[in-house]
Amino acid sequence: MPRFIAQRVAYSLVTLFLLSMTIFVIVRLTGDPALLMAEPGARPEDLARIRAQWGLDRPWPVQYVSFIRNVVRGELGRSFNYRLPVSELYFQRLGNSLQLALAATLISVCIGVPAGIVSAVRVNSWWDNLGKAVALLGLSIPGFWLGLVLILVFAVWLRWLPTSGAGDWRHLILPAVSLGWYFAASLLRLTRSSMLEVLGSEYIKLARLKGLPEAVVIGLHAFKNALIPVFTLTGVNLVIMVNAAVVIEVIFAWPGIGRLLFEGIFQRDFPLVQGVVLMAGFMIVLVNLVVDILYALIDPRIRLTR
Amino acid sequence: MAPLLHVSDLRTYFFTFGGTRVVKAVDGVSFTLEAGETLGLVGESGCGKTTTCLSLVGLLPPAARIVGGSIRFAGEELTGKSPRELRRLRGRRIAMILQDPMASLNPLLTIARQVGEPAHFHLRLRGRPLRERVLGLLRAVRIPSPEVRCREYPHQMSGGMRQRIVGAIALAAEPQLIIADEPTTNLDVTIQAQYLNLLKEIQQQTGVALIFVTHNLGIVAKMCDKVAVMYAGKIVEQSPVRELFNAPQHPYTRALLGAMPKLGRREPLYAIPGQPPNLADPPSGCAFHPRCPEVIPRCVSESPEEVVAGNGHTARCWLVQPDVEVSRGRPSA
Amino acid sequence: MATTAPTARTALPPVVRGLRRGVQRVREVPLLAVMILAALVVVAVFAELLAPHDPTLPVRGARYFAPPFWMAGGSLETPLGTDFQGRDVLSRLIFGARVSLLVGLMGTLVAGSLGTAMGILSGYLGGWVDQVIMRLTDAWLALPSLVFAIFLATMVGPSMWNIIIILGLVYWTRYARVIRGEVLSLREREFVKLAEIAGASKLRVIRRHILPNVLNTTMVLASLTIGVVIIAEASLSFLGVGVPPPQPAWGLMLSEARPTLMAGQWWLTVFPGVCILLVVLATQLFGDWLRVRLDPQLRNL
Repeated sequence: MPRFIAQRVAYSLVTLFLLSMTIFVIVRLTGDPALLMAEPGARPEDLARIRAQWGLDRPWPVQYVSFIRNVVRGELGRSFNYRLPVSELYFQRLGNSLQLALAATLISVCIGVPAGIVSAVRVNSWWDNLGKAVALLGLSIPGFWLGLVLILVFAVWLRWLPTSGAGDWRHLILPAVSLGWYFAASLLRLTRSSMLEVLGSEYIKLARLKGLPEAVVIGLHAFKNALIPVFTLTGVNLVIMVNAAVVIEVIFAWPGIGRLLFEGIFQRDFPLVQGVVLMAGFMIVLVNLVVDILYALIDPRIRLTR
Repeated sequence: MAPLLHVSDLRTYFFTFGGTRVVKAVDGVSFTLEAGETLGLVGESGCGKTTTCLSLVGLLPPAARIVGGSIRFAGEELTGKSPRELRRLRGRRIAMILQDPMASLNPLLTIARQVGEPAHFHLRLRGRPLRERVLGLLRAVRIPSPEVRCREYPHQMSGGMRQRIVGAIALAAEPQLIIADEPTTNLDVTIQAQYLNLLKEIQQQTGVALIFVTHNLGIVAKMCDKVAVMYAGKIVEQSPVRELFNAPQHPYTRALLGAMPKLGRREPLYAIPGQPPNLADPPSGCAFHPRCPEVIPRCVSESPEEVVAGNGHTARCWLVQPDVEVSRGRPSA
Repeated sequence: MATTAPTARTALPPVVRGLRRGVQRVREVPLLAVMILAALVVVAVFAELLAPHDPTLPVRGARYFAPPFWMAGGSLETPLGTDFQGRDVLSRLIFGARVSLLVGLMGTLVAGSLGTAMGILSGYLGGWVDQVIMRLTDAWLALPSLVFAIFLATMVGPSMWNIIIILGLVYWTRYARVIRGEVLSLREREFVKLAEIAGASKLRVIRRHILPNVLNTTMVLASLTIGVVIIAEASLSFLGVGVPPPQPAWGLMLSEARPTLMAGQWWLTVFPGVCILLVVLATQLFGDWLRVRLDPQLRNL
């Protein structure tokens, strides 16, 4: 087990290294970072000053080392627009994004997992076909368009819910549904296929041969085994939703990280964009690591052998 | 006294492609089993042995259905029972041991949990008595240091140990009948022998009846009191074990015996030519005729009825001469 | 088996049986999906002939925000209404099909060829090449695809061809992983070993033996990626970092429609969305069918 964790941590560090390298190189390959860093309409002497200030006149390896040093210290640069450190802005918005992502995860787990189980247990039944149809629609309807249609129906026509902004729970419903929609569908698919695989196994057959109540067979023997991939997807997806709900947050004017990124794009606020992208990548690598370790804790085959 | 298990004219069919195709996996099977007795169910793969067993415990795959016949177990008719009643019966009065010991234990649950479940759900044992029962069972199947082992997980056990644990699970709620579906195919020979001895010993202690599904006639000779040979969903020959080996009546049985390796025998091993028939499209007449070395024209057109060939010995073959003396003594089959 | 009693099934002449099998095979094809995709291709190719108006210019004499023809104030001149500049929504949808199809196909092509090439190199060469490519794949997969695409689009600026390359760069990693796994098992197969023993060069083995055998998988993945790429393009255009105005892209139309949503001008939002939905639905159905046909092992992707 300790060896397993050490190995996972090492992998994560390599991934982080390559991730930061990718972003570093892309920024320098696609243009002059000084132009991106400068506020629009900057004069040549301003550009030179920025180059000196950010060390952009030095060789790339030197630049990379200082870039990493800053990142490790938590300095992701300073937003032009807000005149604040990017990390501060990021953490200011994190709470809102987390709230939205948790609500969306809750909705999609409550829909996707039970529906997936029913689909698998009653395979090829009417329920299963309904589940398949829902999954297909879920993967085909763009979440942001669903958001627009929900606004149209519930906010403009029916006037039941507010169109946008953050506030009480009523502000949360529409964005959470739009955001969770796609994930509910993928969770349904995953739960169904994972359950089907487990339900076909010999140990489920033996559990039935023991004369156990069907609820125990499904709920304990099958679900615990089928849960592992579902659990993994949920964890990773929560973090993705925190960082990548750009379009939904824009539509609903939700003051989260996605909207921060969008503002960064529009105001050509380069350090902000780079910082948010880096943070998103880091958080996802981290959650992958945590999920791997938790996975090992659930599964005795990993927990006890290494 | 009525026998423990009396199966008569059992028919279990698979309905595939929306019911357009019917596979007669079990097609008119009859046999009886007394308490404490062991029946060997023999035949090549795909001849309906496993489907017969699953019909007994009411756990057929969704496409399969019992379409006829009766299963009387300890005086009760099982065929019409609700899933709920069948569930109460499974594990409690009829237990089953599956083929693959590696796959039949749940990787995420402890041994104690898995062994204790039948006693927990059927005998309502809880806490300390349950724990005692689990330890007793593990001891009975010769698991060393059961106090330690019961807290472990399946992947920490060897193949032989896992199979013995599956045996302990079968015994957990003190059933009257255990069906063992090729329980030793995945074990190596010495462990196989140990396991069979253990089963026999347990049978002597508890008086449980056994149905032993296998394609290994050596195991049948060692374990069983009587044998039923299945081919293409039918029992083609049935007899006490000694008589079957001494005087096999059906050409298929003789072929199986010829395919059995014997110590000290010089002649080459005889393999049955051809493949078992596809039950979705079975041959006409006697299903064995395309492979039968003694085929006569009648085999192609007509399916033979069961013929009494001796005391407790029946066969389905046109070549078998009925034993008039014995058959007169009992009502016609 | 000559002696088998004739049954209804075997009694049919072979021609009829062949015909039946043919009919059955055609019926397995998701007809709805094929029809939608065919319609999309026709509309995209013949946009100039089909569109009643220029998609980028206001329709002369039409009002702004004209509703669809069946509503009061609508006219058959602009059957699905007009937008905030008085442009014909139908014509914009028709030309938008071209953008979606082009980005979907080309983006998938870039991702598929890059990913397949990387996957083959990684799996076949092994060693440090494999390590580098796979760790890079891990790192790129760690970035949420949309965030990564937005980042790249911000760097290079909006244009349709940039979007194609960006989406190719974002989605190649999925192919690389799967193809690598496939190649690892292919590498152990007899025919590859034999070719190697016979002295075939690595390039030749890849070209003659590896590539043809992974193309099925690439095709299945591609059919399932097109929809994802189309949605990604729509999202980027919606955010203003995709296809630039005044080009008619469905995502851009949704973006332009947003301020008018409150005023109840629903047709500007509903029609482009329904187009995206139908096309993505069709690619999903088609991809599922292809997956079952070509590679049942990919069921869980």
